[in-house]
Amino acid sequence: MPHTAIADTPQLRVELRGVGKSFGGTPVLRDIDLVLEPGSVHALVGENGAGKSTLSKIISGLYTADRGQLVVDGEREHFTSPREALDRGIATIAQELALVPELTVAENVFLGREPRTAGWIDRKKLKREFLEVAARSGFDLDPDQVVGGMRTADQQKVEILRALARGASLIIMDEPTAALARHDAELLHDVVRQLAASGRTVLLISHFLGEVLALADTVTILRDGRHIRTAPAADETEATLIEGMLGRTLSSIFPDKPVVADDAPEVLRVSDLVAPGVNGVSLSVKAGEIVGLAGLVGAGRSEIAHAIYGSVPRASGIVAIDGANCPADIPRTLKKGIFLISESRKEQGLVLGRPIRDNVTLSNMGQIASGGWVRTGDERRASRGLLDRVTVAGDDRRDVSALSGGNQQKVLFGRALQKVRKLLIADEPTRGVDVGSRRAIYDLIVQQAEQGIGVLVISSDVEEVLGLAHRVLVVRGGRIVAELEGDAMTEENIITAAFADPITTGGAA
Amino acid sequence: MSIETPEKTAPAPPRAPRSGGAGEQDALRAFLRRVPWRSVAIVVPFLAVFVALSIGSPAFLSAQNIGNVLDRQSGILIIAAAATLVLIAGGIDLSVGATYMFTAVVCGTIIVRVGGETGAALGIIVGILAGLVIGLINGIISTYLKINPLIATLAMSFIILGATKLVSQFGKEGVGQIRVDVPEFRWLALLKPLGVSLPTWIAFIVLIVLGVVLWRTTFGRYVYAAGGNAEAARLAGIRVNVVRIATFAIAGTAAGLAGVIDLARTPSVPENDAIATTLTFTVLAGIVVGGTSILGGAGAVWRTVLGILFIAMLYNGFTLLRIDPLFQGIALGVIILVAVGFDAWSRTRRR
Repeated sequence: MPHTAIADTPQLRVELRGVGKSFGGTPVLRDIDLVLEPGSVHALVGENGAGKSTLSKIISGLYTADRGQLVVDGEREHFTSPREALDRGIATIAQELALVPELTVAENVFLGREPRTAGWIDRKKLKREFLEVAARSGFDLDPDQVVGGMRTADQQKVEILRALARGASLIIMDEPTAALARHDAELLHDVVRQLAASGRTVLLISHFLGEVLALADTVTILRDGRHIRTAPAADETEATLIEGMLGRTLSSIFPDKPVVADDAPEVLRVSDLVAPGVNGVSLSVKAGEIVGLAGLVGAGRSEIAHAIYGSVPRASGIVAIDGANCPADIPRTLKKGIFLISESRKEQGLVLGRPIRDNVTLSNMGQIASGGWVRTGDERRASRGLLDRVTVAGDDRRDVSALSGGNQQKVLFGRALQKVRKLLIADEPTRGVDVGSRRAIYDLIVQQAEQGIGVLVISSDVEEVLGLAHRVLVVRGGRIVAELEGDAMTEENIITAAFADPITTGGAA
Repeated sequence: MSIETPEKTAPAPPRAPRSGGAGEQDALRAFLRRVPWRSVAIVVPFLAVFVALSIGSPAFLSAQNIGNVLDRQSGILIIAAAATLVLIAGGIDLSVGATYMFTAVVCGTIIVRVGGETGAALGIIVGILAGLVIGLINGIISTYLKINPLIATLAMSFIILGATKLVSQFGKEGVGQIRVDVPEFRWLALLKPLGVSLPTWIAFIVLIVLGVVLWRTTFGRYVYAAGGNAEAARLAGIRVNVVRIATFAIAGTAAGLAGVIDLARTPSVPENDAIATTLTFTVLAGIVVGGTSILGGAGAVWRTVLGILFIAMLYNGFTLLRIDPLFQGIALGVIILVAVGFDAWSRTRRR
């Protein structure tokens, strides 16, 4: 095996011919023909379940195709493990990074293949080899920095360098920017362009259509395991991509904003709130109003949400619902009619090993139980009723982990529906959610507002904030630094406020 | 809109066959995925050993032998069922053995000192309450004081065993053990309603109650949620700490009840820390062999019952078949490893 073999022009032409794959008798890919040209960025788009991941896993050796051929540089290949694909120059950068946080950049890049002298790791050589790889890729990273403290975008660079150090020429990226703030996402876009410019191929799987159109040379659309079309990105628009993915046109991703009456009462008033990561926030939300909280990741948006919800202790300040003070205690907050759908549905939302039914009713046990005794008939009906309202079909006794990201998010909305009477806080409601479900989630948010519920939407996707909210609050450093309404609600204004220099405009704490 | 996401629900077969019989393979794989492996892993071995012992030893399937096994296991079954709740809620209780011994000593000392029917009644009540108090302490220090339950209950078990020796000095006459061979107390073990011993009946009732609590009550749902994802449960409005304290309190009370019952059966308390330790480990072994997750969030009381009885049956079989008891420990260890390994395997299977 070559140790640090990086050919000068590492090029690989990967081709799929009539590839098909089934799981449990259900075909997930049918008769796919695809050519990945060297030196290009090739995007793969489609809804969840369209077969994107399966296709990429066949190329990367995690799955084997049932039918058809995988051809690499004119030779038929049968990868039976990701190792074999890697030896052939095909690497995957997974959504969840596989780095050792305690080790340095250079150590991570050469993990398991460190240059050794008599069994000891040769640190000098390690660094030298690292700088060589880094120079060729054009990445500027400190080899001695510990990976754990780095920002996600830089960690992704480390992961990419690791792939390059192993001689990868085709790099598969599955939702690389899903967890990144806008600035980091742009840094990663540069990386992708550099990779293509150096003659390598990038297979990009992404839900962000803007990103796909900006980055890709070629776009392939999959729908229900079928190849819809492959076309130059220049010939596509967001509308044509969505039409291809859904098989129908979507007039707009965002539903119409509901009308807020001028005399609508305030449902939420927050005054001088101070909590961990929140440095004196005052805001209000009217009944039926959708307020967007924009800002960079780490600006304190989720912290504000948690401080309002009462899931973290508050140092000072008042949170009032309908004018009545609301203590920082979740069960009591729930009684007041506030519900928080938190940022990370897997860590903070769902009990993954439990059935969908238990998850959707978790906050509503009072309605399906008398004296602590669960009435199973009512439980079944309540669960079905809620799931119907959020359009999740199928057997609700399955584990919730069996659902796609979009449907998992809908289950959380289902849980909220019965509890939320005054204020819904939705933190990154469409992260990792496919286009079709995204529209359904927007509809749910708008429905709540139409019923007179105030909504606070937190999103890193500026378009989403603009498309949904009546009013946008920009957060930086745990403070609200701008309030934008009407014509002032533009992408530029939000970005400017979010990035503004804290020394000149922010003021001291 | 498609609901099924094959990308996520499908198993990851890294080494799928290259050719031939793809349809059959798929059907087999789909079948394998639907099998509830966790349940198979305890039910099948349990039945297999049961049948094997019934054939191999005529003494095994006699009413007397089965009755004896159940009578002797009643205390441990009660404790294990309650400790299952602790484990599912995301905790662990290493002090159940010590609590069991402590409550027996408290109960015995009161009977010896007070005497008569009053002494027996007081002994039973105070013994069980002592278990409840210890459980509450375990719960509070492992939640509000944020001490890892493994360490908290380990430390508690040393404290309790020390306290046991302190109390037992008051119950002993001379240098011997605490003896409570008085009819006012021993009826608890000697009564045989419908031909089945009272301890077996009590265990049966406790198992049913705890099983139903976990299966059909709001509290049961909260126990699963607290262990499956504590942060999600908290944000959904569940008082996770209260739920966990309640499970520890139930386990402590169960240990108290078991201590009192076993004191009535024996009817003396041997002063031996190893008995407490062995009991704790056997309880955990039974829970794990039954298929309750050590990580919390998954499990059931019926599994623990099968797990404990499986171990008991195995030991009984060793005796009946005259196999050197030396091998009991080795066999149990291997079984635990196989059970936990199988569980890990079935988890990856479902991914």
